[in-house]
Amino acid sequence: MTSVAPVAAAPGGSTRKSGAAGRPSAAAWLVAVPFLAFVGTFLVYPTVLVLVGAFQDSAGGFTFDNLSTLFTGVVFDAFVRSIELSALTALIGAIFGALLTWAIAVGNPDGMLRRVVVAASGVLAQFGGVPLAFAFLATVGFEGLVTKFLRDNVGIDLFAGSAWLFELPGLTLVYTFFQIPLMVIVFLPALDGLRPQWREANASLGGTSWTYWRHVGGPILTPPFLGALLLLFANAFSAYATAAALVSQGSPIVPLQIRGFLTGEVVLGQENLGKALGLGMVIVVSIAMGVNVLLQRRVAKWVR
Amino acid sequence: MGSLVKQRVLRTIVLLVLGVYFILPLIAMAEFSTRGKGGSRSLESWTSIVDDEGLMEALVNSLLLSVTSAVLMLVLLVPTMAWIRLRLPQLQRLVEFLCLLPLAIPAIVLVVGMAPLYAWVNYFLGDSPLTLTFAYTILVLPFAYRAIDAGLAAIDLKTLAEAARSLGASWFTVLWKVVVPNIRVALLGASLLSVALVLGEFTIASLLNFDTLQVQVNLLGKRNAGVSIAVSLLSLLFAFVLLFALSYVGQRRRQTVVEE
Repeated sequence: MTSVAPVAAAPGGSTRKSGAAGRPSAAAWLVAVPFLAFVGTFLVYPTVLVLVGAFQDSAGGFTFDNLSTLFTGVVFDAFVRSIELSALTALIGAIFGALLTWAIAVGNPDGMLRRVVVAASGVLAQFGGVPLAFAFLATVGFEGLVTKFLRDNVGIDLFAGSAWLFELPGLTLVYTFFQIPLMVIVFLPALDGLRPQWREANASLGGTSWTYWRHVGGPILTPPFLGALLLLFANAFSAYATAAALVSQGSPIVPLQIRGFLTGEVVLGQENLGKALGLGMVIVVSIAMGVNVLLQRRVAKWVR
Repeated sequence: MGSLVKQRVLRTIVLLVLGVYFILPLIAMAEFSTRGKGGSRSLESWTSIVDDEGLMEALVNSLLLSVTSAVLMLVLLVPTMAWIRLRLPQLQRLVEFLCLLPLAIPAIVLVVGMAPLYAWVNYFLGDSPLTLTFAYTILVLPFAYRAIDAGLAAIDLKTLAEAARSLGASWFTVLWKVVVPNIRVALLGASLLSVALVLGEFTIASLLNFDTLQVQVNLLGKRNAGVSIAVSLLSLLFAFVLLFALSYVGQRRRQTVVEE
């Protein structure tokens, strides 16, 4: 495994002092080998396989064909839809998530309400997946609670137009259920960083609630808000489980397209197109995360 | 003050509206999973959870996986991260980068590269679902790394290790009797997070064709939605209990720091 190479090569060149322990001996490097070997095998190797495979034809030769296919036909449409879905749910999630975060941040920091909201947010944001899809079938599916209530008591048929729940509008609705909670988790530290003294200073100088948010709270919270927005975007863009459980026919978004390639709907000569899609996803996510890192560096200087 | 009243009203509205928005699906799940024939109530979906052998087998797989993944994660990370702080600061950036890398690579992309790798894994180790331990340990890395890193940063590792060494302790003793007990809260946090993540994982298991809890729930949903919804509700509540417990673990650490 090539990824372990740095460990074997490094002992001679380590001249940096490392505290009281002195210069690490060759044996000292051995301790890190199991971790590096494992991560090299199960993380770096599969990643490289995808990135390299994206540039290979079915015979293993170098090609740009896979990548150029990303900009044509159904694949391109899927990328556009994925980006639209992610951007829209990131925006909705960020706005409502920020409101919810504010509502719990002004309350008791050790209170039960905050504890419950934070724990529930953690569940939905990170571990929702398949259960979330079923939560939706139970609520607004063909036989869901809300669907039945509206049909029997109000006379509205939720599915009069189309099977929207299993298409893009449905995904948008379901995605808000992990996007809003993720916003709470990401944004809460920023709101907690607002010091009460700033509000008092504003008030003692004759400022109103409006001047506080306009000149103090708003400017301070803008970078973390934008950062959270980018994180939410990357999160929705990467999400697979909920969409896979909900949409079994067709592949409107990129992760579901990749499922198609993995489960055998592969056209001859396009074996590596799935990897090109993977590369495309990594690039989009990396851009969002990269901009986020730059933003957070700026924030680090402010909120201390 | 008018603005305080306004704030209270706005806060109540936000909490009410979003509260209903998030609780409604839970109520719907409870309602749907207790539907009987002809509009009556029945616990059939709930009782048939235990009768479904495929589901129970998958649940056992997932529970075993949550333990093996947490153990492998601890065995790989704790010695390496402690050692890096003590003797190998040169590796700090590389290890941090590798641990956070899974955040930039969506699971659906990782599984594309893992598929050929798992052909080899299953050739050498058999096709037990427990081989997913390797993939899950990778998925858990970012969360575990942050938790353990925070734990190690909170103690004076160098002084503790030097004291133990000067009294004749071996490096293994330092790790097992000094480092581990001092960061046990962080280790517990990292383990709970990985348990919750493994129990909820679907992407990799389903695309590598392993039978885990979420894969079965999804499969079952095609023929018996009631049972799938019941299990979904259970697994959401279980994850909630885990994370809720975690919020108290964090608090106890804060308090002990204050006492010291």
